[in-house]
Amino acid sequence: MAQAIETNAAATGTEPQGLGGFAADWSADQEVFRHVHWGKAMMWIFLLSDTFIFSCFLTSYMTMRASATLPWPDPSKVFALTIGGQTIPLILIAIMTFVLISSSGTMAMAVNFGYRRNRRVTAALMGATALLGASFVSMQAFEWHKLIFEEGVRPWTNPMGAPQFGASFFMITGFHGLHVSAGVIMLAIVASKVLRGHYDRRADYSAVEIAGLYWHFVDLVWVFIFAFFYLW
Amino acid sequence: MNHTPSPAPMQAAPPASEGHAGGQQHPIGLYLKVWGYLFVLSTMSYLVDYFHVQGGLRWFLIVTFMVLKAGLIVSIFMHMAWERISLIYAILVPPLCLATLVILMAIESDYTFWTRILFFDRGG
Repeated sequence: MAQAIETNAAATGTEPQGLGGFAADWSADQEVFRHVHWGKAMMWIFLLSDTFIFSCFLTSYMTMRASATLPWPDPSKVFALTIGGQTIPLILIAIMTFVLISSSGTMAMAVNFGYRRNRRVTAALMGATALLGASFVSMQAFEWHKLIFEEGVRPWTNPMGAPQFGASFFMITGFHGLHVSAGVIMLAIVASKVLRGHYDRRADYSAVEIAGLYWHFVDLVWVFIFAFFYLW
Repeated sequence: MNHTPSPAPMQAAPPASEGHAGGQQHPIGLYLKVWGYLFVLSTMSYLVDYFHVQGGLRWFLIVTFMVLKAGLIVSIFMHMAWERISLIYAILVPPLCLATLVILMAIESDYTFWTRILFFDRGG
């Protein structure tokens, strides 16, 4: 079509005008993401879309909480644990937060050692990251178990107040937990490839950094969940 | 749209992403320092809850710590501080439109709340 011919004209030096020019500019993504590894650019764009998904969950949580007429259950009490006869508010969530932050720290260092071509340290740090991630998911499973079987929280009702609490809680933490689980699997795969020297042969450790981007994003989402759902 | 290539990287800090082959090099100490900051910020936001800070101060403290933590993770751990400005804008600008959604839903939830109070006698 005429439009396509106009767009191709950009290569020969004549700048397309109007709608054709608009399409040519925006389709030239190598201009926007120049010198960026294609996988890294795609991971960033995927994370952008994931940002919108989690934002929709958090916004709907805000809507439900603001429109609930029954009192909202106090997370400080709901997520308290009794350790040695003493009830500490929100302690499990605090531990989970520290575990996830630590996993982000080890991941950042793994990326660094990857670019130094240090195979063993990179794989070890990624393994540590995956282990911390797995322990995070285990603690979350414990938390779900406690809420479902001991407190009787359901997506449609709970004994502590507003019924919307359960729906928000299971949806938001469930989706985040799913992301962490997927991240643990991905880290295990990339770490084993690192150990086998797959990235040395290609002289390109970008895969470690791309995996790191995803992992840091999971930690980033938890920062917002921790603030808005657990502390608010 | 102006595609003039900018020869100088916009950040003063370490040579901006010099192609993906070489990758980025920063001292390990930088990551340990950021890790420490994140621990301190998380502890402080936990203490807000522990000491039952309420009202506007609680809101302010929680959001401040949250934004600082998010900023550290994105800029240092995810290396956004050393990326080209076109990538930074492509990723960080679109989420701003979420503010519109939040405002719309805040208005909507206020309407729903008062509808329930007025017509459903404090029901679900």
